[in-house]
Amino acid sequence: MPNAMLEMRLYLLQRLTAVLMLPMVIGHLATIMYATRSELTAASILERTQSSPWLVVFYTGFVVLVAIHAPLGLRKIMGEWLRLPSKLANSISFVLFIVFLGLGLRGVWALTGVAIS
Amino acid sequence: MSHLTVRIWRGADEGEFQSFSVPMRENQTVLDVVSEVQRSQDQSLSYRFACRVGVCGSCAMMVNGKPRWTCRTHIRSLKASVVTIAPLRNMPRIKDLVTDMSSFIDKWGKAGNVFESQRDRGDAPAQVDPASPMRKAADAAIECINCGVCHAACDVVSWNDAYLGPAALNRAWSLVNDERHSGKKETMAAAMGDGGCGNCHSQGNCMAACPIGLSPTRSIAGLKKMSLLSLLGGSDA
Repeated sequence: MPNAMLEMRLYLLQRLTAVLMLPMVIGHLATIMYATRSELTAASILERTQSSPWLVVFYTGFVVLVAIHAPLGLRKIMGEWLRLPSKLANSISFVLFIVFLGLGLRGVWALTGVAIS
Repeated sequence: MSHLTVRIWRGADEGEFQSFSVPMRENQTVLDVVSEVQRSQDQSLSYRFACRVGVCGSCAMMVNGKPRWTCRTHIRSLKASVVTIAPLRNMPRIKDLVTDMSSFIDKWGKAGNVFESQRDRGDAPAQVDPASPMRKAADAAIECINCGVCHAACDVVSWNDAYLGPAALNRAWSLVNDERHSGKKETMAAAMGDGGCGNCHSQGNCMAACPIGLSPTRSIAGLKKMSLLSLLGGSDA
């Protein structure tokens, strides 16, 4: 049953990405709180983020995990609540994966200037 | 004598609630009320029951929106002036309070729930240590009498026709923890396949509704953990 096992693999992939994202979400929120409460200007925030290779790694990983995790969850919601046929739900999820990945990596690029320097 | 208003579903998938007035008694279960309506007011009312004492599991119905054994539900305990009785959710309706349970039973089979043994009558009885972790895990799931209450309580069953449901997966969990069962690979493949344990959202409705306090939620969580380990271990079941 190849399809059946695919379903289980996707389920596990979603759970594993959730586990990996948990500390990253906390790190992300902590960074935001620090940046917005320490009266840094946008320019000074960018100055710091653009000189940090660690941030590039952190946020690139985070974006990839989100891009995998979120469409898998939405795929289930589309099937169970909206009752979309599975092929349609699969296609929409795949488009969302590309969109989330593209927007996310675009954000990482803007934040860290990784492609500029 | 004061009276109780009961609204009872009449018809099949198409139908409506019909109101009856039944004398209120000192000690009265929901099943007593349904029987009283059938015997003294409308003999065409269809419903199922057998043992009346919570052993057989045939009298499960939706009582004020919740699936319950009607024989073990006292009217008094509902603390409601109007009691609404409907057939079990998530199953096709045949007539009045009677549902077609064949899809529910079929799912038991689809979850790989056929006991297989390599032993025969010549072998000595299997020695299963009552204190072993596997036996304890099976014990926690084994008392299910297949009444369908958890299946009716489960939202995922109502959303996803392919989902095997809490009762079938609970049974699969007791089988994969049965040391004598030789078809564990097949049972796991079915339990983690399409419609299997990965669909459960761990809402716990099954656990809350089970009349004998079993936790299919925990059994399914056990199956999920086993699936994870087997997939990470590189085998497909």
